[in-house]
Amino acid sequence: MNTILAAILILGGIGILLAVLIYFVSEKFKVIEDPRYDQVEATLPAANCGGCGFPGCRGFAVACVESDSLDHLNCTVGGIETMEKVASILGKTAVAHTPTVAVVRCGGDCEHRPRMNEYDGVKHCFIAHNLYSGETGCSWGCLGFGDCELSCDFDAIKVNPITKIPEVDEEKCTSCGACVRACPKMLIEIRKKGPKSRRIYVNCRNKDKGNISRKSCNVSCIACNKCFKVCPHEAISIGDNLAFIHDDKCKLCRKCVEVCPTNAIVELNFPPRRKPVEAEGETLVTNK
Amino acid sequence: MKTFRIGGIHPKENKFSAGQRIKTVALPDRVVIPLAHYSGMPSRAVVKKGDFVKVGQLIGQADGYVSANVHSSVSGRVSKVDVQLDASGYKRPAVFIDVEGDEWLESIDLTTDIKRECHFTKEEILTKIQSAGIVGLGGATFPAHVKLAPPPGKKAEVLIINGVECEPFLTCDHQLMLEKGEEIMVGITILMKVLAVEKAVIGIENNKQDAVEYLRKIAKSYPGIRVVPLKVRYPQGGEKQLIDAILRRQVPSGKIPIEVGTVVMNVATTFAVYEAVQKGKPLMERVMTISGKEVQNPGNYLVRLGVYLSEVVNQAGGVPERTGKIIGGGPMMGRSLMNLDVPMAKGSAGIVFVPDRDSVRGQDRNCIRCAKCVTVCPMGLEPFLLMNQSEREMWDEMEQNRIMDCIECGSCSYTCPSNRPLLDYIRYGKTTVGFRIRSRKAAKV
Repeated sequence: MNTILAAILILGGIGILLAVLIYFVSEKFKVIEDPRYDQVEATLPAANCGGCGFPGCRGFAVACVESDSLDHLNCTVGGIETMEKVASILGKTAVAHTPTVAVVRCGGDCEHRPRMNEYDGVKHCFIAHNLYSGETGCSWGCLGFGDCELSCDFDAIKVNPITKIPEVDEEKCTSCGACVRACPKMLIEIRKKGPKSRRIYVNCRNKDKGNISRKSCNVSCIACNKCFKVCPHEAISIGDNLAFIHDDKCKLCRKCVEVCPTNAIVELNFPPRRKPVEAEGETLVTNK
Repeated sequence: MKTFRIGGIHPKENKFSAGQRIKTVALPDRVVIPLAHYSGMPSRAVVKKGDFVKVGQLIGQADGYVSANVHSSVSGRVSKVDVQLDASGYKRPAVFIDVEGDEWLESIDLTTDIKRECHFTKEEILTKIQSAGIVGLGGATFPAHVKLAPPPGKKAEVLIINGVECEPFLTCDHQLMLEKGEEIMVGITILMKVLAVEKAVIGIENNKQDAVEYLRKIAKSYPGIRVVPLKVRYPQGGEKQLIDAILRRQVPSGKIPIEVGTVVMNVATTFAVYEAVQKGKPLMERVMTISGKEVQNPGNYLVRLGVYLSEVVNQAGGVPERTGKIIGGGPMMGRSLMNLDVPMAKGSAGIVFVPDRDSVRGQDRNCIRCAKCVTVCPMGLEPFLLMNQSEREMWDEMEQNRIMDCIECGSCSYTCPSNRPLLDYIRYGKTTVGFRIRSRKAAKV
């Protein structure tokens, strides 16, 4: 009986002693955290994708609380609704950011870019990229093994089994940039989504000279300067044998799409062209 | 019989071209000499379109210390300085030359008699080796002058000459030893003079008995040179394995052979040193093996740099029917070529044609934890663990598990009963970890 009592007393005594010690230590080294961190974090989507540029949603919440204004902060997943909630907690004003989306800039599907050899190593873009240039003659284009698909947390990018080129689901894409980092060929770019999801971009990253890139792919940009000359808004620049359309200057007039000889410039989600343009083209041909 | 102590495998030797005399490949109409085919910085072109070049003339100047000169292998007119697809499908700078005749530089001694005496000083020899653009011809193509100038405070005691040729199929070094034994011996004495060492050891695998006997016979008249036969075992030709086999010394992790007082040179490199120093001939041609199970006449060919591999193959009898893969280099370390229209580079030791029945990879299955890969790894690594970590992108853990020590010999993939793509993933990890280490160092500076 005595043994049991002694054990209870000793252990209980140690327990109480340590509890008191822990209490004082925790008081002494208490981290006083802004309670708004938790509140803001609770409103965020908890995707932890890093699309905002901060390490996870917590990091973004801290940044929101600490910064003076929310102008440069944007949760790409939640969009303006989430940012408004955050702003209401913090008493700041949310600024609507232009919605962006990931764009795969390679049009070299099986039809336009013939396969020249067969890769039977591990089906992983990065491993294939380390080893050699790829199954086609174009050493810049998509390898099609789907590193981007693996990297996407939102199921928004999928390699089309027929074309072997990844396709982005605009509804799901949050433009977090995971696929941009995953692609060893650096094909994916975050671009403005555009009004009604209308976008124009150069669907090629081949930096070879025109004649070389044309040999390996039918739809490659050959840097012929036609789009550069026709663009009324100076939105197109040419460098490294490649045209690039700056999405902040582009007014979506579609003139460059018409002149592109290789169809490397792509328009997305536009209504079909009006008849007169075609008719004009036809009459021109007949006049000749 | 000596061999290295950790790991190793014994793949089927398949040395079909053994004993075939070295044949010279006829000059083509046009050569494309790559400027960037060795470790280190690519060299800078010093010729331009329309220039007439002679055989042995400098066309690419080394750019930096770890870089090597490139010389013209033919005489003719430079048609352009442009990019050319290399064996990996990426474009590298190259000089295109249209062949006109075969005019050599006057400074090159074209006589075939052997010049045994070398009166040059150590510095003169080093300059000659550097200006001749000699790189390690075993495969890694590391510039020889860098290897021969040990860092201050380090001193070589023994020179090891690598005549192992542990890759299946390849016989170019074997044939070179048989035909140019005397020249190689003189090359060794020159290298010994540069490194100021008294002893040199030639390591040759036991499946080349004729070479062992022949070199032993002539080594008697060269003091300090010894020939050591080695048990056949892959990857004995790796320099760390060879040092372990001959000297029983282990190169510490992340260090180079000079750390244990030795320098390793390939026999082909030694021959190139002889030619550069004694004959004034830069490195512009090398012996390569063309072989394969279904090749009609496998053989060893003396090929000038920049000749398209397709040209060489045509002269050797063309691509055999039912070829599944064409490998540049040996079947263990070499890489499949994506096409044959790539120029011959300093590191091309052979072309192996693999019939399609052998060229398919088996379906990979789960790891059964048999630890065969651990047993065969010559560097004492755990390939299965490194592969798993690479798949999960655990870079820090991989670094702790000494991924950078991997010599990419492929023994693990060869031996795996489940056909796991071990080397593919390990190489991926090694590249990434190497990149991380470099960027960390750069950030410190």
